[in-house]
Amino acid sequence: MADPMPMTDSPITTVAPGWAIAALAMLGVLAVAAAMLDGALAARAGGGASGVTRPFGEAARLMRQRRRTTVEADRLLWRMGGAGLLVVAALMVTVVPLGEWTIFDLDVGVMWFNAMDVMVWALVWLTGWGANSAHSLVGGYRFLAHGLGYELPLMFALVAPAIAAESLNVGKVAAAQDGLWFVVWMPVAFVVYLLGVAAFSVWGPFAPALGADIAGGARAELSGVDRLVFEAGRYALLAAGAAFAVPMFLGGGAGPLLPDWAWVPVKTVALLAVLVWLRRRLPAFRPDKFMEVGWMLLLPAVLLQDLVVAVIAVWRS
Amino acid sequence: MISDIAFWGFGLVALLGGAAVFYVNSMARATYALALSFVAVGLQVLFLQQNYVGVVTILMMVMEMAIMAVYMVMFMGMNPALMPMSMVHGNRTAIAVALTTFLGLAAGILMVDWPARLGGPSSDVTMALGESLMGPKMLVMAVISPVMVATIVAGVVLAAHRTRYDRLGDDLKQRPADDPQPGGVGR
Repeated sequence: MADPMPMTDSPITTVAPGWAIAALAMLGVLAVAAAMLDGALAARAGGGASGVTRPFGEAARLMRQRRRTTVEADRLLWRMGGAGLLVVAALMVTVVPLGEWTIFDLDVGVMWFNAMDVMVWALVWLTGWGANSAHSLVGGYRFLAHGLGYELPLMFALVAPAIAAESLNVGKVAAAQDGLWFVVWMPVAFVVYLLGVAAFSVWGPFAPALGADIAGGARAELSGVDRLVFEAGRYALLAAGAAFAVPMFLGGGAGPLLPDWAWVPVKTVALLAVLVWLRRRLPAFRPDKFMEVGWMLLLPAVLLQDLVVAVIAVWRS
Repeated sequence: MISDIAFWGFGLVALLGGAAVFYVNSMARATYALALSFVAVGLQVLFLQQNYVGVVTILMMVMEMAIMAVYMVMFMGMNPALMPMSMVHGNRTAIAVALTTFLGLAAGILMVDWPARLGGPSSDVTMALGESLMGPKMLVMAVISPVMVATIVAGVVLAAHRTRYDRLGDDLKQRPADDPQPGGVGR
C-alpha cells in the first residue's frame, strides 16, 4: 500500500505533523481577535462601554450555562453539526502555507478547501435539524437556500487563480503571483470569494439563517458550551477563509521588509478585519431572493472572469 | 503499516455507514450515514494516490446529501421525511436480490483470471485514469454532455406547472413577472 498524498514538487516544504498544534493555535488567536473586533464594533454601534472584552465575558457566561434540552432531539447529529464548524475550519488551514512551510502539501489543495467549505452545508443544516425545533429547522433550510446561491459562484471564483497558476496546489498558486497579485487582475473572483467566505461563516449578509426573526434560527436551541463551540466555529471559519485568500489572491508571503512567514498573518488579519467590519455595513440577503442574484448575476460575472483569466493564461504561455 | 490499517479502517467505516443507511429510522440519519460512507471511500481513494478523485468524491457527496435535505421537504407531501420512518420496504425481494448480487459478484471476483501487472504505474495516475476512461471516447463524451443537459432542462420544463404565459401574461409583456416567489433581480 502506497503512502497517501506523496510530496509534490512544490515551492514549499512540509513541516512535521506536530506543527499542526501551532497552526491550530494561530487559528484560535485569529478567531478570538475577530470576536474582539466584533465586540468593539458592537459596543461602538450600541454606544456602550468597550466591547473588546465582550467575547471573554460571553465565553465565561456560556461555559457556566446549563444545557437546554428539547424533546426528541437527534443529539448525535445536533452535536456533530455544532462542533463540526471548528473542525472544518481547522482542516481548511492545513493547506494554507505560512511563507514556505505547510502542514499538508496536497497537490489538490484548492479542491480540499472547497470540499471543506461544502461540509458547512451539512453542518449548519444538521445543527438546525438536530434540535427538533421548528425555528431552528427553518434556519437550517435558510442556510441551504443561501448555499444554492453562493456555492457555484464561490467554486468558479476558486477556479480563476488555479487556471492562472496552472495548478491546484496552494503553494504553487501563491508562487505564481510573482510580481503581480491575482487580486489585481481577478477582482471579480476575489469579491465573489469574499462573499463566499462570509456565506460559509453564516456571517453578515448571510446571517438570516441565524436571524432574530426566527428566534435565532439554526442556533435557536443551542445553549452553553454547544453555543460557544458553534460561535467559535463561525469565527474560525471566517479566519480560515481570510487565511486561504492570502495564497490565492494576495500573493502569499510576498511583501517588503518582513519575512514571508510574517506577511501571511499580517494579510490575514487585515482581510479578517474587513470581513468583520462588513457585518454591520451590508444588508441581509434574503435567502429566497439571493438565489436569483447568485445564478443571474454572480455566476455569469465570475464565469466571465474565468474566461478572461483563461484567455490571458493561454496567451502568456 | 499504518497506512494499511488506515485504509482497511476506512473500508470498514464505509461498509458500516452503508449498512446504517437501512438500519436507522430517520431520513436525516440515513442521509448522513451515506455521506459518512462516501467520505470514507473518498479518503480511501486518497490512498490510491488519486487525490483529485478522492477529494472530489468527498465534495460532491457531502453536497449531494445536503441537497437531499432540500428534496426531503420539496417532494415529500406532508413531510414524512421529518418524522421517524423505516428505511426498508419489500424486505423479501430486497434480501433475495441483495444475496444474489453479492454471490454473483463474489463469484466473479474469485473466478476471474486476474491479469498480472505489466510495467509500473504512471507517475500521474489521475491523468492515466482519465485517459483510459475517456481518451478514445472523448467525442462520445462531448456529445453526451449537451444531450444530458438538454434532457434535464426539458424534464424541468415539462414538470413545471407554470409556463412563461403564467409568468408574463398572454402577450408576454407583463413586467415584472407574476411569480409566486419573486426573485432577487426583478425579472
